[in-house]
Amino acid sequence: MSIGLLDSTSLALLAGVGAVLVIATLIAWLLGRRIGPTGVIINLKQRIAAWWLMAGLIGAVLAVGETATVLLFLLISLLALREFVTISPTRRGDHKVLVWMVFIIPAVHYWFVWEHWYGMFSVFIPVYAFLFLPARNALAGQTDGFLQRTATIQWALMVSVYAISYAPALLQLPVAMEFGREAAEGSPPGAGGAAGAQLLLFLLLVVQGSDVLQYIWGKTIGRHPIAPRVSPNKTWEGFIGGVLSATALGAALWWITPFTPLQAAALALVSCVMGFAGGLVMSAIKRDRGIKDFGSLISGHGGIMDRLDSLAFAAPVFFHLVRFFFS
Amino acid sequence: MRLTQLARRGLARTISAAAGARVVDQASALPQLEQAIFYANHSSHLDFLTIWAALPEHLQQRVRPIAAKDYWGSGLRRSVAERIFNAYLVERHGSSAARTRGSDAGVSPKGQITGMTQVLDAGDSLIIFPEGTRGDGETIAEFHSGLYRLACHNRQIPVIPVALANLGRILPKGEIVPVPHLSTVVFAPAMHVGAEEDKDSFLTRAREQLISMLAQQDQQQGEQ
Repeated sequence: MSIGLLDSTSLALLAGVGAVLVIATLIAWLLGRRIGPTGVIINLKQRIAAWWLMAGLIGAVLAVGETATVLLFLLISLLALREFVTISPTRRGDHKVLVWMVFIIPAVHYWFVWEHWYGMFSVFIPVYAFLFLPARNALAGQTDGFLQRTATIQWALMVSVYAISYAPALLQLPVAMEFGREAAEGSPPGAGGAAGAQLLLFLLLVVQGSDVLQYIWGKTIGRHPIAPRVSPNKTWEGFIGGVLSATALGAALWWITPFTPLQAAALALVSCVMGFAGGLVMSAIKRDRGIKDFGSLISGHGGIMDRLDSLAFAAPVFFHLVRFFFS
Repeated sequence: MRLTQLARRGLARTISAAAGARVVDQASALPQLEQAIFYANHSSHLDFLTIWAALPEHLQQRVRPIAAKDYWGSGLRRSVAERIFNAYLVERHGSSAARTRGSDAGVSPKGQITGMTQVLDAGDSLIIFPEGTRGDGETIAEFHSGLYRLACHNRQIPVIPVALANLGRILPKGEIVPVPHLSTVVFAPAMHVGAEEDKDSFLTRAREQLISMLAQQDQQQGEQ
């Protein structure tokens, strides 16, 4: 049986995710009955409800196809960009550049991703956008803090659009892995098939699982903070326990990937470490701007960027490692 | 009638989502409120739309935003402002039309205040921007006296300060295309004109209330 990009393997995996969420929902419900509606319990329930929604959304777009998945990630990028721009110290003189950054560049970039034009989507933002935007901003004539404003705008695009778009770009990787890189260039959307969806699910499960596991390890045995001035909640115990258990999770998921268990473990390890780095960097940005969360769109989690900070750092590296070693 | 109500709620939701608006009702007084004079800082054409959209339904049905005739007073904008948002259009002090008629810039024509007091007498609420014109979104200009006169007209009607954060960044003065940001709308507890209070001290108090709300907004974000 298969629906859209989901074959029976992926459907079984999603059923497994559903089972885990059912157990989590039951545990939260039992805890809530025993302890009562304290802040922690309410937050836990909100988080689990949000996980249902996020897992459901990913499953739904993969069932529809690659175009729907790319559109979902474009929307996610735009919402992330809105959060990022809100906390950025931009000035009124930046407005015209921000219009380009929000309305034109993400759409064009995701168009290249959708077209499977690797040669273009891998350089469009770092080359064309990064050189064009400062030039446009210089024309606007406001020079106060120019370097800082330019860097802010580029970083917003880098994280919210470029990095996150590597997640839906995974859908096209199997074409390069199977038929070579030249055949992959410009192949039709959906050409990656079920194997592409499995790569994406693998990365999402490992990275998001790593976040949850680091949180659990940190809450239970965490003592020694890694960078107390950036984020007091990130501890060595949480980091090591979370990354190792998520690496084990990745190895255990080797059957949905084209990798051997050892390769799956290595890729999972790198992705988890990158994910941790993403969380740390975003915490530093939030600390710098004096905020706790990027927004409040996902109840219990904060904003889009609070949930996807780890994915933004893991996805590009995962994509390029797989493309380099397996195609 | 039901359909227009539904359409209005839908429109309000859409505006709030587009402005990424988070609404904070400090005194939790809005649900019980029947009539009020809402005043806010002004940095964007989106300001009155966002306050309108943030209001609970019973207030939204009977609120009249004060909007400038020189911007909202003609063509499509006029029908949008008047038919959908029930705006009350006024001649702005210092607008070109007012200047050519020789009235002193900065002095509010008496007739307009009378018109607004009639709105209050009819039982409707008002949304007013006492700065008179859109600012740069960072500082708040001195208030015109209209707010004081409206507050004195019927001292029973609460005056509610509304702090708008970030709307000026979505659509700054002089720009046409809005850039999405997350914004915040804070409704503060009601104020009234004191029995002995004169114009200047009330206007200063009202203005400082907004300034401190906006400063607090910046700070609270950090502690959330």
